[in-house]
Amino acid sequence: MAAEQSLQATTPSGDTRIHNIGYRSYDGPRLGRSYARMSLYSQSLRGAYGLGRSAKSKVLPMLLFVVMCVPAAIMVAVAVATKAKELPLDYTRYAIVMQAVISLYVASQAPQSVSRDLRFKTVPLYFSRPIETADYVRAKYAALASALFVLTAAPLLVLYVGALLAKLDFTDQTKGFAQGLVSVALLSLLFAGIGLVIASVTPRRGFGIAAVIAVLTISYGAVSTLQAIADVQGSGDAGILIGLFSPITLIDGVQSAYLGASSAFPGGVGPDRTEGLLFVLVTLGLIAGSHALLMRRYKKVGL
Amino acid sequence: MDVTVIATESLSKRFPRVTALDRLSVDVGPGVTGLVGANGAGKSTLIKILLGLSPATEGRAEVLGLDVATEGAAIRERVGYMPEHDCLPPDVSATEFVVHMARMSGLPATAARERTADTLRHVGLYEERYRPIGGYSTGMKQRVKLAQALVHDPQLVFLDEPTNGLDPVGRDEMLGLIRRIHTDFGISVLVTSHLLGELERTCDHVVVVDGGKLLRSSSTRDFTQTTTTLAIEVTDTDEHPDGTRAVREALHARGVTVQDGSGLPGAGHILLLTAQGEDTFDLVRDVIADLGLGLVRMEQRRHQIAEVFTNDTDAQRKEAVGHGG
Repeated sequence: MAAEQSLQATTPSGDTRIHNIGYRSYDGPRLGRSYARMSLYSQSLRGAYGLGRSAKSKVLPMLLFVVMCVPAAIMVAVAVATKAKELPLDYTRYAIVMQAVISLYVASQAPQSVSRDLRFKTVPLYFSRPIETADYVRAKYAALASALFVLTAAPLLVLYVGALLAKLDFTDQTKGFAQGLVSVALLSLLFAGIGLVIASVTPRRGFGIAAVIAVLTISYGAVSTLQAIADVQGSGDAGILIGLFSPITLIDGVQSAYLGASSAFPGGVGPDRTEGLLFVLVTLGLIAGSHALLMRRYKKVGL
Repeated sequence: MDVTVIATESLSKRFPRVTALDRLSVDVGPGVTGLVGANGAGKSTLIKILLGLSPATEGRAEVLGLDVATEGAAIRERVGYMPEHDCLPPDVSATEFVVHMARMSGLPATAARERTADTLRHVGLYEERYRPIGGYSTGMKQRVKLAQALVHDPQLVFLDEPTNGLDPVGRDEMLGLIRRIHTDFGISVLVTSHLLGELERTCDHVVVVDGGKLLRSSSTRDFTQTTTTLAIEVTDTDEHPDGTRAVREALHARGVTVQDGSGLPGAGHILLLTAQGEDTFDLVRDVIADLGLGLVRMEQRRHQIAEVFTNDTDAQRKEAVGHGG
């Protein structure tokens, strides 16, 4: 009886509001786990370019995308204008040259993708729904890798279309383009994995950004310095193997061994096919390792 | 319709250093059920197990007839969960956020948008739903949290401390809303709180846990009947310089045992007695009127967990209320 009295007292304004439209229950389809995973993937992918987020968060990813594509457009313009026999830069080299932009993109978007969920504790809301840890990790990983692939493959597409317009050799260009795509696909997976692992450790976005930049640039700086020293001292083989210790030189090694790329290693000498195998294994190992670390990280998060 | 919504059978959860749940067996039917316990009593652990996110150390549990150990995903599709802590990103609008959460529950895009608009309206969010959540008040944020738990039209929702951080008005509105979730929406509710008094008004059934053990599980009516405590405060007059004492003696003469409100603010001026239905209210009124004293207050005390403890151990002695220790 007391409960009834107080119930009336708790909703004094109930009648003056537009509450009583009536509740409609939902009888439609529930698409379950794989659909939820796809939804998280597409939301994260869109989010990586600021779509569905505030105008402010669109600025940086869009800007980096433009910065990535402009040099390609200029090269194409030059090639067409000068009727050059080939493009000024190989497809496979493009990402290596533009690595600073790619690193910046990973540093800004990896924390955006995972640190926010940790910081604002949105993760429990995901895990109280049909998806599981593995779905969350795969959706986030796939989304960032896809975003990176878009970022790195778009300029290659510009180059390719431009090359065909300039009537360069079709077979040559198609082969180069395909090799470039394989290379940036690998690069996207590798960078996304490293970026996400670092970002998932901290709920603070700023730390995440700084840490990703630090890992990518310091490792590259250290590796290229050591390689230069090794080159001067004439121990070229050691120099090549030092390339295993930074993500961008890893990709460089893989593509110069297997994808017909000219290496950015000192002296332009990349790993040969046997050494290249090591580069491939380390790259794949890092990708698988990143995935495993992310799985472990989110096992603990729970509610 | 006498179905069991939640059933647990000697459910235990042990962590290396603590036992969060200790052989908890409880059946919960449809309607609004309160889960009361002090902080650390095992409420959140129980919800986690019921969502199929954390395996029980022993025992079993079923939610909506589904086994939590093996059918977690199916359970999570049919239930909603509102966490105790903040869980909202500040830079998106309520609409965008709830639409996303609806899709994460498996609703197709169009349905997700329709349900989001409906649900936000039902929880009382109107124009502000298009603004970023960062600018919302605590009350509005609680409503968004509730909306994301309801958007996929679950059969059952778990609400973890939904009134936390709300002012008295917001608290009442939230409690009214929780009541409507069952009466108007037909969704069963399991709501946790550490305030028994608050749940008394909202719930059909109350489950009290302490230290991971089931202390009590009964309908709210039983609770109020056995535990209604009245607090009385009166003025002094020239005739009765110590009004409090006069009332106590007068009530004693009529056979009502009265306790001092020792340990409470205003101790010495507050009398506590157990109300046995309407008659007690009338009796108190008459006694005070006869003495010519002014009645400053006569209120139902909000029950805290400690009282359930005392009542439980001294269940036979009805008078035993509000022991200090």
